[in-house]
Amino acid sequence: MSGRFLSRVFFAALALFLALPLVVIAGVALNEKKTLAFPPQGLSADWYLQIFTDDAWRAALVHSVLIAASSALISVAIAAPLAWFLWRRVAPWARIVQVLGLSPFILPPVITALGALSFWATIGLYGQPWTVVISHGIFFVSLPLVTITLGFATIDREIIEAGTTMGADDRTLLKTIVFPLIRPYLISGFAFAFVLSLNEYIVAYMTIGFTLETIPIKIFNALRYGYTPTMASVSVFFVLVAVTVFGLVARFGDLPKLLGAWDEGER
Amino acid sequence: MSGLDLIDISKRFGQVSAVDSVTLSVPHGTFVCLLGPSGCGKTTLLRMIAGLEEPSSGELRMDGDRLNDIPAHRRDFGMVFQSLALFPHLSVGENIAYPLRIRGRSAAEQAARVKDLLDLVHLPGVADRAISQLSGGQRQRVAIARALAVSPRLFLLDEPLSALDAKLREAMQVELRQLQQQLGITTIVVTHDQREAMSMSDLIVVMSKGRIQQMAKPVDMYRRPANAFVADFLGQANLIRARAGVGGAAISGGVIPGLALPSGGGTLISVRPEDIAFVAGADGPVRARVGFIRDMGASVEFHLDAGEDRIVAVATPQARPDCRVGEEVSLSIPAEACVVFGEGEG
Amino acid sequence: MRRTPPEKPADYLPIAFPAAMLGLFFVVPFAIMVAISFFERVQGGFYQPAFTLANYGRFLSAFFGEILVFSLFLAALVSAVCLVLGVPFTYLLTKLSRRVQVAWLIGLLGVLSLSEVIIGFAWSTLLSRTAGISNLFVALGLMQQPRAWTPGFAAVMTGLVYQAFPYTVLVLYPAFSRLDPSLGEAARTLGASPLRAFLTVIVPALRKTLIATFIIVFIFALGAYLLPQILGRPQHWTLSVLVTDQAIYQSNMPFAAAMAVFLVIASLVLVLLANMINRREPAS
Repeated sequence: MSGRFLSRVFFAALALFLALPLVVIAGVALNEKKTLAFPPQGLSADWYLQIFTDDAWRAALVHSVLIAASSALISVAIAAPLAWFLWRRVAPWARIVQVLGLSPFILPPVITALGALSFWATIGLYGQPWTVVISHGIFFVSLPLVTITLGFATIDREIIEAGTTMGADDRTLLKTIVFPLIRPYLISGFAFAFVLSLNEYIVAYMTIGFTLETIPIKIFNALRYGYTPTMASVSVFFVLVAVTVFGLVARFGDLPKLLGAWDEGER
Repeated sequence: MSGLDLIDISKRFGQVSAVDSVTLSVPHGTFVCLLGPSGCGKTTLLRMIAGLEEPSSGELRMDGDRLNDIPAHRRDFGMVFQSLALFPHLSVGENIAYPLRIRGRSAAEQAARVKDLLDLVHLPGVADRAISQLSGGQRQRVAIARALAVSPRLFLLDEPLSALDAKLREAMQVELRQLQQQLGITTIVVTHDQREAMSMSDLIVVMSKGRIQQMAKPVDMYRRPANAFVADFLGQANLIRARAGVGGAAISGGVIPGLALPSGGGTLISVRPEDIAFVAGADGPVRARVGFIRDMGASVEFHLDAGEDRIVAVATPQARPDCRVGEEVSLSIPAEACVVFGEGEG
Repeated sequence: MRRTPPEKPADYLPIAFPAAMLGLFFVVPFAIMVAISFFERVQGGFYQPAFTLANYGRFLSAFFGEILVFSLFLAALVSAVCLVLGVPFTYLLTKLSRRVQVAWLIGLLGVLSLSEVIIGFAWSTLLSRTAGISNLFVALGLMQQPRAWTPGFAAVMTGLVYQAFPYTVLVLYPAFSRLDPSLGEAARTLGASPLRAFLTVIVPALRKTLIATFIIVFIFALGAYLLPQILGRPQHWTLSVLVTDQAIYQSNMPFAAAMAVFLVIASLVLVLLANMINRREPAS
């Protein structure tokens, strides 16, 4: 009884710790005047609307979304055939490519960022808006690679063999069995890469920091000139986007399984 | 030639020989069980027939035509897998229609065939359900219906009933046999359950260590096992050492009158528990002490110590001898019930 | 469709694109960065090809030594705090219903995906004098006057733990959710209290996972590049912050690259260590 109570208190304290900064910035974004005060002084939704009405913020938002969507697409385009090859072929050397795909996410991000900066500067394309799309695509390959590899691992080999005995050749199997079974993992891999790219700062900063503003770059630049409620409202907006995307992943897929738990009832 | 022929089939995985020169003929319309302990090579043999594994040597023939070079997806066989391997992303109807769909049959034909097949396996009206909504027994039926969708030339099943509970398994054995007789389809089942093999098949093939030990009709194999392994694996058997004696065979606990054995060293014989008779009085040919009594309702098992041998005898409750643990009893082992194996066996 | 070795050239096609992309945009940039770490800096913000060890020589300075020691100390502390909070949390989380687990996982992923910029901004607001939590305490009568808790070491620690905690839970989650529940139950039937069962059975059973997780979270904390800058004073800067600072603001690419190479080597050694520890543990 007391143990259960203690664990409730523990969970509540951690929930508070995780939510508190977000609650405070959600609150300060409601201030009527252009000051950060908490509790807010006067209520106004203007700062939330400003994300969409202010040209500079709206442009940054559009940049962020475009970059995130296209780089997540690149991540998936790299990860999917790689995971397929690793599943389909016996080729120990291919593990090297797999490790390369997983590295950017494990190593400290400044390394990827500095590598990208060195590379684009050396070949003379530094600052081109699309360079960040490729660098993010590489940086976040790890996420769809993990989810899609997991997806392949959940395909029972007997299911494929069953298709074979029923008359399906490799191409038909791919189209009618493998792809439908992998699709949720492709989508969640895309979702993970999308949300993380949306929020990524350092790689974006070191590739296009001086030519283009994404939301995180704009917030960081604005930090130096003082805090404004718009920064708070944008941050809250991003939290909502992340939670919505992961909520959708959980709604249409099995989130615990994606994160490494067994299937329900599997044990 | 008509039916399936395996000619000197072997399969090696590296150094390990999984299947060792198996030759086997399965005539049209027969129901064959490949029976053996796990690791005996029966599943590998079935997978080679299906085309999922390539034989290291030997030839497979169907109606006289060589099968070896035909890939699995062109063999037109139906197979039920141990895990059932139902497609989780497809409904029941879509699962069953899958082989028809990839052959480009019309939607109307698919729907009609799905309906027929579901009726055949006594599962009408579930075509639109998801696989996850079905019970274990229902999934079993769907897997069977799916494998039969294209009226295959050969129907292969790998431990199809192993996931079901005992009661359901018995019912499905009967149903599967009836279905096979109704369709007259050549069927090969892999199983490790000797009761399953006994109750369903026309022909049992017992395998051990990659080799065929015996091939026979169930009753023949039960009555006349070829060696001690088969005797022990198929039903219960008392394997007893015996040697030639005066007027019969001498065993540790007495004699078996009228059983002629070659003179010399010991010979292994096999007797089924139900063939051993209890004799009233104390002067039967074999004397034993009751070690343990196992009453199973429909029958009673007596574990008896006859000299150095432990002998199991079975009686019906009606004919139950009046004895308790620790008491001495007299037994008679009829010579015609004994199967004599060669010297080196067992 | 069995697993077969690739034979025809077409069989290699699926891996060609991933290998080319990762090679061109990850391996090549990395190689260039290593090369630059041996180059000479030219006044005015550029560098020229050379072969000098001077950039690595700067590691021997007291300034760099302090930063290095502080970075390692900070990462270790963050990782330890995250484990102390995260291990019991994850264990209890996996005992909850699937629905509650999903809700927590969504929240944790939401926080994990937050930009360091946003985390830094949110915490510096929360800890500030004008808009911070202290105003709430004043309103409640708990404090006389609002005060600022940032910049400072405590603020840096809080921010880093905030960032690394969800990561810790997600790294621990697979091991804990695959743990045989009868393990703890067996200990309970043998007379151990829930807390005792957790400490004497669960934690030792996952000992190697915990050590590996400590290393993984350590590397994660080592990677924080903004929080020490936003929430701390210059003496709280870490190696990652310094790399960014040298590359962008001091325009000293060769030195930044040399530090990055050092960071890579340190991380790789730690990753290999974590892998070795984890591999020796049979699947729990």
